[in-house]
Amino acid sequence: MNSSMRMVLFFFGAAGIALLLVCAFVRLPGPQNLRSRYLKRINDGAVPERNATDAVTAVNFDYRGFDTVGEEFILFVSVMGSMVLLRQASEKRDQPLPDAITPARDVPASDAVRLWILMMVAPKILFGIYIVSHGQLTPGGGFQGGVILASSALIIYVGENFEVFKKILSHPLIETAEGAGAGLFVLIGMIAWFWGRPFLTNTLPLGQTNELTSAGTIPLISLATGLEVTAGFLLLLFAFLQETLTASSE
Amino acid sequence: MILIQLMLLLLVAISGTAVVFARDPSTQPVGIGFFGLILTVMFMAFRAPDVALSQIVIGTVGLPLMILLALAKMRRDAQQRETAEKRPAKEGPAR
Amino acid sequence: MEHVILYSGFAVAGWLLLIGLYGIVTSTHLVHLCLCLAVVQASTYVLLTVIGYRPGLPAPVFVDHVRPGSPAVDPVVQALMLTDIVVEATVVALLLAITVQLHKKTGSADPNHVNLMRG
Repeated sequence: MNSSMRMVLFFFGAAGIALLLVCAFVRLPGPQNLRSRYLKRINDGAVPERNATDAVTAVNFDYRGFDTVGEEFILFVSVMGSMVLLRQASEKRDQPLPDAITPARDVPASDAVRLWILMMVAPKILFGIYIVSHGQLTPGGGFQGGVILASSALIIYVGENFEVFKKILSHPLIETAEGAGAGLFVLIGMIAWFWGRPFLTNTLPLGQTNELTSAGTIPLISLATGLEVTAGFLLLLFAFLQETLTASSE
Repeated sequence: MILIQLMLLLLVAISGTAVVFARDPSTQPVGIGFFGLILTVMFMAFRAPDVALSQIVIGTVGLPLMILLALAKMRRDAQQRETAEKRPAKEGPAR
Repeated sequence: MEHVILYSGFAVAGWLLLIGLYGIVTSTHLVHLCLCLAVVQASTYVLLTVIGYRPGLPAPVFVDHVRPGSPAVDPVVQALMLTDIVVEATVVALLLAITVQLHKKTGSADPNHVNLMRG
């Protein structure tokens, strides 16, 4: 179908969707009745039951932990799919083409940028580890800290060239880390089986509120998720950078 | 506070429209980076700090970088295709 | 006052959904299509945020002056959004990888000119 017929069809469809949305929004219960009991139950129960002061991370890794396992594996599979797609025809990878970016042709960053990057790498990594490990106490957790750690490895590429980036991050280590992170999440869930409880029940000692070791399995799951998200994003960026910046093949 | 929240919602709508109407591929990373930043500020104004932490790195570093790399790769492939077509007799497509 | 934020949030979410769909339908470049998909995903974030928001209440983090058991904003909705944002980025990366491969095979990134499934 040509584009004008497609536009007419789209406008009919969009008008229908808009009408349905307006009807739905008008009939939704007003702000008074949107207060669900689930909200009150979790807000009142997060600290006494789990000793976790951050209710959002407690919901993510404890009350609704099974959904998070599924989401983590979506991430895992997407990273795997992207790497497979970007690595086809790898047998001619090492053949240099005339206009490829070789170390001799790479434009080095200025000294000011390199100094700033060198000073910022360590604080960024520390900040990422802080966000991951304090997931149950303050806003944070595995997902947020994982992407912060991945970006703190990425600025090494901004400060230096691609060869240094490739040397620092060896490939097999990152792949192992990603698999280990995903597997650890499932293994921590299986710990509950030893006590005869369902998968992913929080059965480890709960500790004291506002301590780093509180809330049982939540900090462990947060660390495993942080490992997996960091490694996943690094692999993804590695695959994109490698395809773009080294000699590509037909 | 309510004024700030309404203004941020309006800015989200406007920058979403700008992302859709920016047809030139080289201006799109900037658009999506700004959209991510406005979403982050909106999440903070609506009392959702965890979500804002997630969105700020993804929306301002992750997505624009991947778009830039994909566009650079496609441009490189187009250049290679042109140079390969200009030498048809010497090296035909080895497929 | 609560009604104003709630209904303007609904309006922005509906607007983003429709404009993102319009962008997908009329797109001429596959990278632009992936970004319009990201805009459609952002409409769900806006919707969930305004549903979970209570005016005047703090975030659901019970430290310092927010006593455990005092009313706060909805944490369940924020937990839904949080993992979704990270997963969205990897799905967009997968779509961009498919776009790069398609461009390598056929030489064009226009969704109207892609006829891979023939007979």
